[in-house]
Amino acid sequence: MTSTPHKLWRFNGGLKLPDHKAESTQETVFKAPLAEYLTLPLRQHIGEMAQPVVKAGDKVYKGQIIARCDTYVGAHIHAPTSGRVRGIEEHPVPHPSGLTAPCVVIEVDGDEDWGEHRMPPIEDLQNLDPARLRHRVREGGLVGMGGAAFPSAVKLNPRPQQTIDTLVVNGAECEPYITCDDMLMRTRADAVIQGLLLVKRTLQPRQCLIGIEDNKPEALRAMTEALGGEENDNIRIVAVPSIYPAGGERQLIRVLTGREVPSEGLPADVGVVCHNVGTLANIYRAVIRGEPLISRIVTVTGSGVQRPRNLRVPFGTPISHLVAHAGGYSDDVERLIMGGPMMGFALASDQVPIIKGTNCILAAKGEEVDPPGPVMPCIRCGECVRVCPANLLPQQLYWFTRARDFDKAQDYSLFDCIECGCCAHVCPSNIPLVQFYRFAKNEIWSQEREKQEADAARVRHEMRQERLAREKREKAERMNRKKQALNDKPAENKASDTGSDPKKAAIQAALERAQAKKAAQGADTTPPDQGKPPSDTRTQEKTR
Amino acid sequence: MRFKTFTSPHMSPARSVNRVMRQVLYALVPGTVAMAWFFGWGVLVNVVLAVTVALAAEALMLMARRRPVKPFVTDLSAVVAGWLFALAVPPLTPWWITLIGVGFAIVVAKHLYGGLGYNPFNPAMVGYVAVVISFPREMTLWLPPSTLAEMAFSLPQTLQAIFLGQLPAGLTWDMITGATPLDRLQTELAMDRSLSDIQASPFFGAVAGRGWEWINLFFLLGGLWLIRRRVITWHVPVAMLGSLALISGLFWLINPEVYASPLFHLFSGAAILGAFFIATDPVSGSTTPMGRLVFGAGVGILAYVIRAWGGYAEGVAFAILLMNMMAPTIDHYTQPRVFGKTPARKEG
Repeated sequence: MTSTPHKLWRFNGGLKLPDHKAESTQETVFKAPLAEYLTLPLRQHIGEMAQPVVKAGDKVYKGQIIARCDTYVGAHIHAPTSGRVRGIEEHPVPHPSGLTAPCVVIEVDGDEDWGEHRMPPIEDLQNLDPARLRHRVREGGLVGMGGAAFPSAVKLNPRPQQTIDTLVVNGAECEPYITCDDMLMRTRADAVIQGLLLVKRTLQPRQCLIGIEDNKPEALRAMTEALGGEENDNIRIVAVPSIYPAGGERQLIRVLTGREVPSEGLPADVGVVCHNVGTLANIYRAVIRGEPLISRIVTVTGSGVQRPRNLRVPFGTPISHLVAHAGGYSDDVERLIMGGPMMGFALASDQVPIIKGTNCILAAKGEEVDPPGPVMPCIRCGECVRVCPANLLPQQLYWFTRARDFDKAQDYSLFDCIECGCCAHVCPSNIPLVQFYRFAKNEIWSQEREKQEADAARVRHEMRQERLAREKREKAERMNRKKQALNDKPAENKASDTGSDPKKAAIQAALERAQAKKAAQGADTTPPDQGKPPSDTRTQEKTR
Repeated sequence: MRFKTFTSPHMSPARSVNRVMRQVLYALVPGTVAMAWFFGWGVLVNVVLAVTVALAAEALMLMARRRPVKPFVTDLSAVVAGWLFALAVPPLTPWWITLIGVGFAIVVAKHLYGGLGYNPFNPAMVGYVAVVISFPREMTLWLPPSTLAEMAFSLPQTLQAIFLGQLPAGLTWDMITGATPLDRLQTELAMDRSLSDIQASPFFGAVAGRGWEWINLFFLLGGLWLIRRRVITWHVPVAMLGSLALISGLFWLINPEVYASPLFHLFSGAAILGAFFIATDPVSGSTTPMGRLVFGAGVGILAYVIRAWGGYAEGVAFAILLMNMMAPTIDHYTQPRVFGKTPARKEG
């Protein structure tokens, strides 16, 4: 380590939680055997859904792209192993709703055959072009391994006006029970450091700070060793206090640099880019070994499984398969959670697959998770204020949400809530506070959508009214001109040739009328049959 | 396999309302025992009576409001309210005053406003103020502090006095009761006596009245323990006692013959009890950290104003109720700065 200790900052509140990390770190990472079928949801993170490029019956090779997503915030999906596509099917996916979504289902053949689909390793790392690295990361379908699974290429591409002076590496892993980053750092610290050096070459930051919670001495040691000669003042491994949620991106940046990411901004706004240690290891694998993102380390833990451990798992593996390789369930397992105990969501079934963002499967017994009593009224004790890392007033947000006063909730910065669960954990009244905030956020979003739709409908209506009025006006003008012409013509006729053939006079009058009409049309800017403005149809399309 | 689903977080919380209230009750024990030591069995009888009335009123109101009785009766909030009321009234208060006061606290101040968590005013103080205003004579009948050993009243005699209004043969109310130090100070100052004369009497003890200073010391210990156990925060007690010390110190420096010392103000009456146990009532007080400082400071200043220039010798109860009214406004103007809401601080 470097001579001077790195200065650390604090964020408000947070919790010291029993970490429950020892259970799943007893043995090294186990490579899980292949399941019979792999189920790969086409949507695994925010942004556009990937579009399948294979069809039922196709033979797929390991590492082959099976679904593409070419939008900026998107990532391809690759076949985690070789086999045959059973189909694009609706299948339950890991989502709190428990609903189904389209998935590519692969019947595994067990050959692990890469075919031609391993990407060519990049050898000349010294001259690695940032654009080439970004391209490789994008082609490899890499997403953030911290849980949100944000496409990684985006974070390697700062906007021109932003200068990135600090690269923060997130190895904090603050949530209890989860140890996949810990085990990765213990077993593959070299891959993390190599990945870090690649990103460092691309972003050219002034400093790199690797934040690891101080409850992971083995990981800290392994990382320091792997850094070895590379360590200088530009790259520092910093042990941060184990205060949940120190691993939250904004919290870790605050602890390591003292900077606060603006409320509605991104880390890049304060000159920081933050990557998870797992993401860096994947960048290394994609560049040096040409492997796309097809598997990850998942912690399977909790008193609900017999043999808690970390497993390297191909995506699409059903959770039941994982649990079977963690010794199976304990007798009185009660709850199955994807993610950690503070922010994870409970699953209704263990038939859903592991996806890119799955860091932990927690099977819990009742006594670990059950609330001690019924939900009581808020007594405004303010303990939630004390622990809120975003410095909010959770009890007031709760009050406004209950009253459905969403404007007030927004005034009290509802959207700065990171849903870390600290407030609900300390609430003596057992109020599921986070659930209230999620509800309020969703209500506000749907209200905004409705408002946008209503606005569009109003604009459409106003434009129609305007068009009808204009058409009426134009019609009236034409009628007037016609009348005028008719009034003028007979007088002229009478004057020029009185007593001539009435038939001839009628023909003459008709000719003149036609001429007048032509002239009137020429004066009009829009021909009457095209009176409907083209903009109208465009508006309609846009709002659909 | 199928599982039940719940919303995050999934870890069992460590606290409960019952636990919070239970710790408040533990913290009240030393001060209550000290009070019984100096004022006799009446204190304990009052506590038992008030708690019983509070629980009965709570259960009745819950039934009338068709609310689940068990979780709310066992949350112990009614016990705390009854206990605090009992500590506020004189040791030989007639039973019907306790009945009316605690009944008013639970029925009107608590349940008519919606029960636990919804009352804008501290129920115990509403009950206390109701009987102070309604029965001013009975509420000033304090006993002179004496140690339990030299106490004139045995437990049966105390029960007789409280429930039947009968005193032991040969005694009259005038003979046995007296004023509190704050009462006596106010009365004698009104007679234009100087403070040094008044306080020369042994009745005023070392700093704030014989017995009272000890009682308050034990309430202080309980209160400090509550802060240590994170049941209350330091903000309200520090702000309230700080502002009380500051304003009383200021006037004491101006004229020590008319204005009592800060130490007297801190250790007499309900200053300590109020600062740690009543003004810290979360439901009716401020909830933001800055708001709690403002709230506490307001209680301290108002309590002093009432003590020094008001019609009542003790102003803590009124001060707390007045600040209860202000709490929502204070909360509105003292919101903490949200993380990332102002320009980020520069790296140091």
